[in-house]
Amino acid sequence: MHQDNFSFSLNQITKIEGHASLDVTVQGKTVTQCRFTITDFKRFYTKAVEAKPAAAAPSLLARICGTCSNAHILASLKAVEAALGIAVTPLTQVRRELVNAGMYIRDHALHLVVFVLPDVYNLDSILDFDETNPQQRSLLENLFKLKAAGNHLSIFAGGRSVHAPDLVVGGFNRPVNSSSIPNLIQELQAARPLAVQLVDLFAQVNFTFERNHRFLALRGADHYDYLLSRTLKTHDDRLLPDTQYREHLQHVVIPHSHASGYQFEGFDFMVSSLARLNLNQDLLQPRTLKDCAAALKFFPSVNVYHNNLAQAIEIVDAIDYTLTLLAKTQFVQEAPVKSARPTGDGIGLIEAPRGILYHAAHVVDSKIDRYEIIVPTGQNQINIENDLKTLIQNHLDLDQLALAHECEKLIRAYDPCMSCASHFLKFKLHRH
Amino acid sequence: MFAELLNDYFFEFKKHFNFIDAATFSSKRDTQSPLDIAFIEGAANSDHDVVTMLKLRQRAQKVVAIGSCACTGLPSAQRNTFTPEQIAAIQPILTKFNYPDQIKPLTQVIPVDAQVPGCPMNLDTFLATVNQLLVDFGHAPIVSKSSTINH
Repeated sequence: MHQDNFSFSLNQITKIEGHASLDVTVQGKTVTQCRFTITDFKRFYTKAVEAKPAAAAPSLLARICGTCSNAHILASLKAVEAALGIAVTPLTQVRRELVNAGMYIRDHALHLVVFVLPDVYNLDSILDFDETNPQQRSLLENLFKLKAAGNHLSIFAGGRSVHAPDLVVGGFNRPVNSSSIPNLIQELQAARPLAVQLVDLFAQVNFTFERNHRFLALRGADHYDYLLSRTLKTHDDRLLPDTQYREHLQHVVIPHSHASGYQFEGFDFMVSSLARLNLNQDLLQPRTLKDCAAALKFFPSVNVYHNNLAQAIEIVDAIDYTLTLLAKTQFVQEAPVKSARPTGDGIGLIEAPRGILYHAAHVVDSKIDRYEIIVPTGQNQINIENDLKTLIQNHLDLDQLALAHECEKLIRAYDPCMSCASHFLKFKLHRH
Repeated sequence: MFAELLNDYFFEFKKHFNFIDAATFSSKRDTQSPLDIAFIEGAANSDHDVVTMLKLRQRAQKVVAIGSCACTGLPSAQRNTFTPEQIAAIQPILTKFNYPDQIKPLTQVIPVDAQVPGCPMNLDTFLATVNQLLVDFGHAPIVSKSSTINH
């Protein structure tokens, strides 16, 4: 049993993308301080890209994050092309949607399988699954097959699932390998039931943490659009042009953090799979709606853990949408569209797997003059902090290890980057 | 890219290696025990990074530098060549959080036994390096899968 007054810290959260920590103080059975801090040492990418050719910006900025590198490429292309007055061809749009779908399948599967699945099975690690148990062995083999299908789709459409080399300003620098399409379709068709099984599995998970989230996501015209839409939908069903996103967003200085926090219209908010599904369920592919019907009954949801279920459903939707696109698209070689002007401003707002990703480019004489990026984790940071505070307040009776585990689990539910971070949590409890 | 290798090699890796301090996989890190091999990626962007690298060198018989930032410093080390105007713009952050003057690649902080360059790392080079190390330690190499995914 805890004393009324204590403090603890989760620090030195090193990971591939950086660091995070959590510092908590409890006085008189009340959480008086809860600091969730992203302690990334900055690499100043938006400063480094200044004076570089605008055409080089997407591949350079992709290096911000290996996990979501292709999301940065796609957002940056959208921003730079808008600045240079480039309207890409319909085929380029289709191919980029395929790159995006491949990323969703592999990123969501990576998060769910490697980071979250051990929580579901009450294990510490994916390494702890029992290979001699045929069911567990088969589960992992199937889920890796599903993840591989996303990887292969990314390779087909963009050349690679990490730092895709084929995407350039105006289009693509080489054609797809059309001869691989039949095998790719076959692989995706084989992966689809595995994705539906993953949905069923996460629909049975009963982890619960509810709060009245304010959600924000892109809203497509005719499908569950991660990439091409230029319209935002708010939690209260307002539609805003993406050009207004930045003016509705307030930068919040977090003195102890290297990363920036943000509020939307003065409140914390959530961007994520959960946000997208809550606001866009009606736009899922017909087959997805049919085969995920039982799981979709949970939505709209304010349970943060349903973010994982939403990710699984998005994998099914990405596969179904991809199969539709592959069936109706004739892939021909096209030269990249050239710039219409050397100077201009453009924004690139897309749905990265973890939520809204914002790139804004100011280009002068075909070179980057200024650049701004807002990542999903930054937008969710205040939300995560507030949720952790509530979670800890509600679980003051737990011992140190159990409380640390609950904090990690909640962080993991938010997004893959935080999942990495939460695996590095070093939990220290200092009783007063 | 390691995450993509897991699609084909997860069970092989698990068979050949005991993951002692693999933060990607486990919240229960052993940060003290000796290591046969340490795979380290990234450049040293803080004093803490330097300490971490030095400690891993002490723990491990073999150290492998993974990826461009570990091998060459770039692109993490871009600010090493910033103009005075660019430095001035970021100086408040550098000062506030006590950033080092220069970002160094892993290879300048500690001696390494092998390098897998590239951003992302080249998977064929990675697997060849892993297999050479396995042989060096007296183990059988990992059998290459047909669906090589490096591009």
